[in-house]
Amino acid sequence: MHYLVGDLGHLFVITSFITALISSFAYLKASTILDLQKQEEWRWNGMISFYLHAVSVFGVCVTLFIIISKHYFEYHYAYNYSDLKLPSYYLISTFWNGQEGSFLLWMFWHAILGIILILTNKFWEAPVMTVFCLVQAFLASMILGVVLPGLEFKIGSSPFILLRDAMHDAPIFQAQPEFIPKDGQGLNPLLQNYWMVIHPPTLFLGFALTVVPFSYCMAGLWLKKYSDWIRPALPWTLVGCGILGLGILMGGYWAYETLNFGGYWNWDPVENAVYVPWLILVASLHTMITYKNSETALKASIILVISVFISILYSTFLTRSGILGESSVHSFTDLGLSGQLLLYLLFFMIGAIVLSIVRWGNIPSIEKEASVYSREFWIFIGATTLCLMGFQVLAGTSIPVVNSILSAFGFEKKLAPPTDAIAFYSKFQIWFAIAVGILSAVGQFFWWKKIDRKILLNQLFVPAIIALLVSVVVVNIVKVFNLPYALLLLAGFFTIFANAKILFGLLKASPTLSGGAIAHIGVGMMLIGIMFSAGYSRVVSLNNTGLQISKEFSKEFNRDNLLLFIHEPRTMWGFDIEYLGERLEPRYHTGFIRKSDIHQTADKNLVIAKRDMKIGSKAYQANDTIRVQGENTFYEIELRRGNKKYQLFPRAQINPEMGGLLASPDIYRSVTADLYTHVSSVMDPSEGEEWSKLEELRVKQSQEFFANDYVGVLESVDRIYNVFGIELTDQDVAVKAKIRLQGEKGDYIAEPVFLIRDKMVGRIPDDVSDLGIRVTLMNIHPETNEFSIGLNTRQKDWVVIKAMEKPYINVLWIGTLVLMVGFGMAMSRRIREFKKMKAKGLE
Amino acid sequence: MKKSHILLLVVIAVAIGVIVSTADDASTYVGFSEAWAMSTSGNNKEIHVVGQLKKDPNGHILGIRQGEDRVSFSFIMVDDEGKEQQVNYSQPMPPDFTRSEKVVVIGSYKGDVFNASKIILKCPSKYQEENVNA
Repeated sequence: MHYLVGDLGHLFVITSFITALISSFAYLKASTILDLQKQEEWRWNGMISFYLHAVSVFGVCVTLFIIISKHYFEYHYAYNYSDLKLPSYYLISTFWNGQEGSFLLWMFWHAILGIILILTNKFWEAPVMTVFCLVQAFLASMILGVVLPGLEFKIGSSPFILLRDAMHDAPIFQAQPEFIPKDGQGLNPLLQNYWMVIHPPTLFLGFALTVVPFSYCMAGLWLKKYSDWIRPALPWTLVGCGILGLGILMGGYWAYETLNFGGYWNWDPVENAVYVPWLILVASLHTMITYKNSETALKASIILVISVFISILYSTFLTRSGILGESSVHSFTDLGLSGQLLLYLLFFMIGAIVLSIVRWGNIPSIEKEASVYSREFWIFIGATTLCLMGFQVLAGTSIPVVNSILSAFGFEKKLAPPTDAIAFYSKFQIWFAIAVGILSAVGQFFWWKKIDRKILLNQLFVPAIIALLVSVVVVNIVKVFNLPYALLLLAGFFTIFANAKILFGLLKASPTLSGGAIAHIGVGMMLIGIMFSAGYSRVVSLNNTGLQISKEFSKEFNRDNLLLFIHEPRTMWGFDIEYLGERLEPRYHTGFIRKSDIHQTADKNLVIAKRDMKIGSKAYQANDTIRVQGENTFYEIELRRGNKKYQLFPRAQINPEMGGLLASPDIYRSVTADLYTHVSSVMDPSEGEEWSKLEELRVKQSQEFFANDYVGVLESVDRIYNVFGIELTDQDVAVKAKIRLQGEKGDYIAEPVFLIRDKMVGRIPDDVSDLGIRVTLMNIHPETNEFSIGLNTRQKDWVVIKAMEKPYINVLWIGTLVLMVGFGMAMSRRIREFKKMKAKGLE
Repeated sequence: MKKSHILLLVVIAVAIGVIVSTADDASTYVGFSEAWAMSTSGNNKEIHVVGQLKKDPNGHILGIRQGEDRVSFSFIMVDDEGKEQQVNYSQPMPPDFTRSEKVVVIGSYKGDVFNASKIILKCPSKYQEENVNA
């Protein structure tokens, strides 16, 4: 038992909580005391406590990582989320697989951001860090894992809890308190994906970044510096928009590659919980920029910045309190933190609202109405649209909360989320998206504070006409005969062309300012890409044989799926498509192994090579042991057109514990469309195979023969001294025949064994599943130098696949990259601005 | 009327539209008896039913039948009012299905059986897990 590391970790957790509180208090003093000397002293205290806090947070991370990477399975966290087989890069994702670890990840980013804040902005340090540390203290309390004596009230859930304490009812710990499991439960195979290594840190960095503008806003209201906070807060908002957006898209991309629901977005509450804050964050970015340029929209900025942070807290509450339990497929399990999370949400919500109301009358605002031909008017409409867009998603996602509130007031719990989430959200979101497209074209033209109707129409005329023409052409060529889809296409093109015009103008004058135009071009491309890939996704694996795959299947299944027998080519989507057999994946390097080239062992993660082969970059010799990812089977499918060949490897996890088939797609990417393919039914290895009657033939060494229409040759027969790990005695005799079978796609080796043990004959046949042949060494005839070989055949291997075409999905991914480039350019511009201000001593 | 007032009215109108549509599209939690009544009266809207898997006194699950193709299965569910019902699901058994303490099925009646288009599970939290494989 390694108690020390866990105790140390727990100590760090407690220290981090206390230092966050102390730091907040010291900074509070520093913000309110008037005496300059004392002010400096308190600031110093606050800073030191925050550094101590940051050290404790890093300490927690390091100790937790030691527990995971050293495989201390006496700890609940290591036991539940990792095992000995995990490669080291997935040990990192183990870190945030549990809820405690994801809180920790969030705290980690806060600690780093706090240090940056302290180092960069002396003027705002004290008031901003007061709020910031308070947020951090609440977060630290979530992993505190301390039971208040006398009250039986548990604060937080510690990641350092021992397995025996987490499962104190388990009989093994009653009998043996010192028991340590040999291996852990392992990481969910679906999460063993490189996107799951980088997606959560990105997302949580985005979450963490939203707290900075919020702290600035609170500090500004508190110190009655109603407008000064916007300038230092703006770059943070901008970075937050970029990072959170990137995190969301990575999540979507992971879902597209790994899950088999057929898309990148499923309107699941967990996805909505990050989408809504992001929309509001983008809206707040726009109003803050407006304020910086024209001193308007200050009140709107304050409301939005507060709303962003509240929506982040609300999302955290939604996904972690267990309240979604009956409406989300993959919400977190309930750790009993719902009360604490609600307190966290209400504390900052009520605090921020009360502070705003108290100060509201004093916030300067411009009485004059914004003109219809002003930048701020259009940006304001745009921000409002984004907020309504978020509101619609929030309304649908919050149904379980409404239910809980209603039942708290004695109403019977009745409402459930809409059954068809995609239809429910899409029917509104598409119209909002059209508005966003049009607004981001028009709004961008108000670079100058005011332009009149004539100039505006003049400027917009060309891009509008081009957009209209291009849209008409595309609508007719691609047949987008659906009004909202066609309008979305038009809005997307309008944004692209309008912003392209601005971009060309800027490239000559001041290229550093072009971030906004580039970002909006990215948005336009994303709208178009989403419209096509989601709106015109269609099934291409249509069963056109006229034969049912099985009468057990539903009508839709028989229509939309394709049965492929091994080595029997069919046509699909203009390709010849051929199933080539089952493959395994080596655990520690890339490549695929033909299942027919290996012997299985009792451990599904260990196989033995039948022949010399090169897998990826690694060469194996016959009888080498290969470590594989035993739970995964890949189905190699070849696409051919002309003399071009492409391989697809859709995956299935067959797991009796999971009771079925867990399919992951593989995607063939072409310029204009993706072919998204996953298996929808596979052969069950546990079901007995039906073999034909045994056919026996006598052959000599090197003699060719026919087996199930394939040419076979008996290459050698050798005496062996152990059979699959069993040592034989002197009295026993065992021989192994090596038979080479020539398949359509290369040779296969079958190695049946004939043995005499304790004077009894035993035969161990060998199957070549790709060819559907079982080979048995029946007998040896030394008198004629011949061998009897038994052959059984069976129905060939098969797989049922479903394939979908996702047209123009690349437009979406390219648009994403363009958007990120735009964000990056805008960020570097703001950072340069900040440095200039700092050099002048203004920050 | 000022422009800002018009804008405010538009925003309020859209917000009300969203709320009304959400309330309208929201499904409902009902028991099997009510779902049956709805379906016989011609209402085929999909609904949510909450319940548990049928278990014998020793906690073994009863009535799970795999479809021959292994891409579908059926099971017996007991709703919160205690009514038993066979539920068909045309997809493989979801992960952790047999360990669930609560099941929500979304779907509608087709004849005598309830056809689920989606299943949501409420699994016991890992802390209550009782078995450690030694």
